[in-house]
Amino acid sequence: MQRVLTFLILSALTLFASDVITGEVQKQGLNMSAIVMFFIFVGATLGITYWAAKRTKSAKDFYTAGGGITGFQNGMAIAGDYMSAASFLGISGLVYSKGYDGLIYSIGFLVGWPIILFMIAEPLRNLGKYTFADVASYRLRQGPIRTLAAFGSITTVILYLIAQIVGSGKLIQLLFGLQYEVAVILVGVLMVLYVTFGGMLATTWVQIVKAFLLLAGATFMAIAVMAHYDFSFGKLFATATELKDISIMSPGKLVSDPISAISLAVALMFGTAGLPHILMRFFTVSDAKEARKSVFYATGFIGYFYILTFIIGFGAIVMVFKNPQYLDMAKQAIEGGSPILGGNDMAAIHLSHAVGGDFFLGFISAVAFATILAVVSGLTLAGASAISHDLYASVWKKGQVDGLKEMQVSKMATVGLGIIAIIMGIAFEKQNIAFVVGLAFAIAASANFPILFLSMYWRKLTTRGAVIGGTIGLATAVILVILGPTVWVDLLKNASPIFPYKYPALFSVIAAFVGIYIFSVTDNSEGAKAEREAFEAQFIRSQTGIGAEGASEH
Amino acid sequence: MRKELVEKIKNDPNYIELVTKRTAFSIKLTIAILVVYFAFILTIAFDPTLLGTPMSSDSVTTIGIPIGMAVIVFAFILTGIYTRRANTEFDDLSNKIKKSVKDL
Repeated sequence: MQRVLTFLILSALTLFASDVITGEVQKQGLNMSAIVMFFIFVGATLGITYWAAKRTKSAKDFYTAGGGITGFQNGMAIAGDYMSAASFLGISGLVYSKGYDGLIYSIGFLVGWPIILFMIAEPLRNLGKYTFADVASYRLRQGPIRTLAAFGSITTVILYLIAQIVGSGKLIQLLFGLQYEVAVILVGVLMVLYVTFGGMLATTWVQIVKAFLLLAGATFMAIAVMAHYDFSFGKLFATATELKDISIMSPGKLVSDPISAISLAVALMFGTAGLPHILMRFFTVSDAKEARKSVFYATGFIGYFYILTFIIGFGAIVMVFKNPQYLDMAKQAIEGGSPILGGNDMAAIHLSHAVGGDFFLGFISAVAFATILAVVSGLTLAGASAISHDLYASVWKKGQVDGLKEMQVSKMATVGLGIIAIIMGIAFEKQNIAFVVGLAFAIAASANFPILFLSMYWRKLTTRGAVIGGTIGLATAVILVILGPTVWVDLLKNASPIFPYKYPALFSVIAAFVGIYIFSVTDNSEGAKAEREAFEAQFIRSQTGIGAEGASEH
Repeated sequence: MRKELVEKIKNDPNYIELVTKRTAFSIKLTIAILVVYFAFILTIAFDPTLLGTPMSSDSVTTIGIPIGMAVIVFAFILTGIYTRRANTEFDDLSNKIKKSVKDL
């Protein structure tokens, strides 16, 4: 073992030395330090999985890590779930190219969290067991509500998975010089291994480790950048505006008109509160107190991370932009300007090299890879739970199934989702998938969130109202995305969009709430009456936690 | 949950206090974050140049930078305020309720 390590370190050093001599580090061949760190990370996470597998015996262990994760750990894991490679590379890339607009975007991603804390986190923990459908169907009819909730969850998960896996394939291709298909299969296989063997416990710890590495790496980069400018933002911004343009200090084109602005805000706020893999994290803690502590820590980590990405974006402007080392000359010859290798999303990666050389580039590359793995694992687990717990155990078997069988189905679903993710990842390689994450957020905001929120707080909600209104919200979101500029014009090449706005959430969320309201209040059936009467008991449990699921004994 | 338990908790003054206070507090804080965020985003939508005003005549830093950072910090502080009060006052109330129905 020691020999292998020595060999790896020596070869990494040789590579480092040769890179220094030739100065062609950005030629995307093999980056040895990246590969060494990547192996260390994969080894460590497989170790975690092995350790977790021994502790994952029951369905409760599998879905919620036994419910014994602390608030701090869960806050870190939530941050690990939320700080995806897309937000690390995408937002720092947006700051790099557009300046202030990147900050506007990241603020939108953050403000959903306080609302989750004030409205959702505690009742969710007190009422649910494994999935958010547990809460939505608490006093409503299991079959239809769980089917709809599971459909909303699985759609959100698959869309999000496609976005992550296509992005990851391209990133790994760029960072490690692997073939795209190989990269996608590698990600798919590793995520299936973590989830099937280690369940929620392994997924949680992979997320915690990754959140720590990402925060540490981003902190180092931000400090290294600030140290160049005597820790003065004024000096950093002054240099950046000299290199680029004064416009990067002001809002640009991201928020063009008030309707789009509000619609994007609604999608990000309520979408976050309707993402199944995020909601599922609240069942891993022991009680409502730990649930609220999780959000507090998570908001802190995520907010801190977004401030770092802002500094990193500006750091990339001053240290990467116009730096001949990172210039994509082939692209420049065609398009002019100063494009960087791999596009704007690579700004943070190039910056890591500019501040810390090959070694740190390797570290950040490995962290980016870890980030992808952690996020796709959380997503897969949430999707598999919707299939096994909601569709299989509750709808199909009507709850008459033992935990071990349910867990087996969940593992099979994980493998199934892994295969789907790999196939979709390869199929969508050359497609423009910019709309996919937006669509996932729109569906989460328009179908999952209204049902969940109203089931917690609105006495008059009935099964009929939730099913029809939720379906209206889902359909409106999908149709408006298809008719909007991202699909109708960019993808289907029509001249102008039928629906003018990029973000449909404002309209689809209103449609969902109005639909649920109308079809609930006009519901005079016997079932509806019983559902309204059951609200009182549900509300007491949601407020006090009396009767809530506790942590498992071992 | 059995019917007599529901009836008992429903009329428990501690429960009524918990629900009234927490609901009011949650709504206030939700409104606070919504007002701050929408004020920020709508200022940008209606008057994009306003946040682009330089901090001082010899500085390139615009007032939008500290304001944007402040929104992030504000969101975090609100979660802290809520968590602190809920961990003490609200949890005390729900523990009292739990105690009073332990034998039921």
